[in-house]
Amino acid sequence: MEWSDQAIVLSARKHGETSAIVTLMTNTYGVHAGLVRGGAGKRKRGDLQPGNRVEAHWRGRLAEHLGSYVCEVHEAHAALLMDEPDALACLSAALATCESALPEREPHPSIFAGLGILLASLEGEDWPSVYVKWELGLLGELGFGLDFSCCASTGVTENLIYVSPKSGRAVSAEAGKIYKNKMLKLPPFLLREGVSGEPGEIVDGLVLTGYFLERHVFGHLRSKSLPAARHRLLERLRRNI
Amino acid sequence: MAENQIDSLIQLLAKLPGLGPRSARRAVLHLMKRRESLLIPLTKALEDAAENLTTCSTCGNIDTRDPCGVCTNPKRNDALICVVEDVADLWALEKTPAFRGRFHILGGTLSALDGIGPEDLNIAGLLKRAREDVVQEVIVATNATVDGQTTAHYIAERLNDCNVKVSGLAHGVPIGGELDYLDEGTLSAALKARHTF
Repeated sequence: MEWSDQAIVLSARKHGETSAIVTLMTNTYGVHAGLVRGGAGKRKRGDLQPGNRVEAHWRGRLAEHLGSYVCEVHEAHAALLMDEPDALACLSAALATCESALPEREPHPSIFAGLGILLASLEGEDWPSVYVKWELGLLGELGFGLDFSCCASTGVTENLIYVSPKSGRAVSAEAGKIYKNKMLKLPPFLLREGVSGEPGEIVDGLVLTGYFLERHVFGHLRSKSLPAARHRLLERLRRNI
Repeated sequence: MAENQIDSLIQLLAKLPGLGPRSARRAVLHLMKRRESLLIPLTKALEDAAENLTTCSTCGNIDTRDPCGVCTNPKRNDALICVVEDVADLWALEKTPAFRGRFHILGGTLSALDGIGPEDLNIAGLLKRAREDVVQEVIVATNATVDGQTTAHYIAERLNDCNVKVSGLAHGVPIGGELDYLDEGTLSAALKARHTF
């Protein structure tokens, strides 16, 4: 059995002396691991850096086997971000979140597309907003989407500034006034398309998505918590405010 | 009995990097043929190493004494500390005469998926050393990988309040490297770090 697909390298772990077990986020097959012969060697190690976009060819005797990959690099995102601490922290957080949160071999083309957009944005300025929106998309794709269309209590569509930690729905300033200490902040950039958030709003956005990711996704995993790289990204952005 | 001991020796040697069962068998045959000149001195050297090897409490290097030879060498520059991931990296840098400062071994890199956090690395020891008056510069020489550079940025940030210059290794075309054979990532990094003549 074999297939070829567009993929993004999530991680590469050394296996034996020269091979590597590489986990890819593929467009059609979702998170999918495989063995790359020589993947830990000098020639291929650079190609398999997390974040690189590759054309992957998988081959295995049966579909459920680990199988082996042959990867060809299309875009070496990782190399361009080595000197950008914030963008590199975002890259690590996105890849770790993606690998830990998504079940293996389940197709999630929208997450793959979003990850591609996020990686492309990392060389620019808007990546923090793109990252928060990508995490919102991840929550939605996993069945825990947040609803910001109207106030959960009154139904109004204006002045939505909170999110209920119970329902994940937006709450207006009026309705949320008495519970404001328990409410999560809803940053305005999440309500409008094509708008970037201010540093403070980005942190609010990360706290918001982090809360629901931890509650619905990571809380049920062995780790019980968001990946350490995700925590470090939030700390880093908090310091930048 | 003798066969078992030889088998056990083969099995142990086969666990070494670069050796498989077949090459381990060849090595054992070679050792048996050169018992006086090789096997006995090797046994003694291994015994000595096992008895005396220790981790340097200052830098994390492996040596037969604590503090290690690098830390106690009076000819080395105390003002420079080079931070590396592993002892192998220290040995690699020692091959070049370009650096004659002190070293600090982290013992790995931050890795979200493997659960390696800052507390698992020898960062506290580095901060303590960097606060000493004599230290002027810390060179973070972690590998040019995502994990290596994430660790480098983390260390640079932690060293912010230590009043030292923090630098990192350059990335780009290796000496003798032909552009035609370089991978895309290295070329991108080299172009990004281009300099003016």
